[in-house]
Amino acid sequence: MEDFTPVSGLLGGLLIGLAVALLLWLNGRLAGISGIVGGLVPGGARDGWWRWAFVAGLVLGALAYVLVAGGADAVEVTASLPVLVVGGLLVGFGTRLGSGCTSGHGLCGLARSSRRSVVATAVFFGVAMLTVFVGSHVL
Amino acid sequence: MSRSGVLRSFGALVSGAIFGLGLAVSGMMNPAKVIGFLDVAGDWDPTLAFVMGGALLVTVPAFRLILGRGRPVFDRSFALPDRTAVDGRLISGAALFGVGWGMVGFCPGPAVAALATGLTPVLVFVAAMVAGMALQSCQQSALSYQRRKKAEG
Repeated sequence: MEDFTPVSGLLGGLLIGLAVALLLWLNGRLAGISGIVGGLVPGGARDGWWRWAFVAGLVLGALAYVLVAGGADAVEVTASLPVLVVGGLLVGFGTRLGSGCTSGHGLCGLARSSRRSVVATAVFFGVAMLTVFVGSHVL
Repeated sequence: MSRSGVLRSFGALVSGAIFGLGLAVSGMMNPAKVIGFLDVAGDWDPTLAFVMGGALLVTVPAFRLILGRGRPVFDRSFALPDRTAVDGRLISGAALFGVGWGMVGFCPGPAVAALATGLTPVLVFVAAMVAGMALQSCQQSALSYQRRKKAEG
């Protein structure tokens, strides 16, 4: 467990929670990233401006950290090109089909005690753990 | 854009920026670290549980307070999902997402935030993810078209 970073994890988590609460308080929206980004694809919701602003903020917030703390080196993508493409397609398709991802179901849904979100969160965490197990210990 | 539209965009920009900063600070922008959490049989890294816990520590009481108010600051009403059914669509969608998440270590938020690094693999993943979303949207409209046709006889 050499990589375990509970303090920065907790601090980052508090910031994420603050961001989610702020979007609900100001705009009345749940900060589910797949839902916000999904509304920008063709055939999505036609209320684009705030969605683009949120996505821009997401990148700018991360960029601020990268510039100040030099965090760009800390992003290690180990997946090969075909795995990135297939994985990306599955994440995009799956989160829209299942109406949410780690933020929408995992944070907003659990905070609202939504039964759908409890089930979805258990399923995607379980399946992701199984996928990693198969990928790194079986194959 | 109307005045309320400008305010809503401002609210979304600030919220998004804090979200992106939180993802970067917590280390969740790094797929290798997320896989360290998902790899329960390997050298397990419990950090992700602290991130979720920290976020829920804020959202659980905050949601109660906020939803107890009549309306949000910049809009007339709260936009909350109205579906309640735990159905095949929810479960199969979550399962497909789980496979993709486990394969790469990116879920939507961290993937978009990691665009800040300008790394090519991140761009590839986000492009594929957006294509997957568009595909689902197409499939959805094809399904509802068929259903409408059927209903019309």
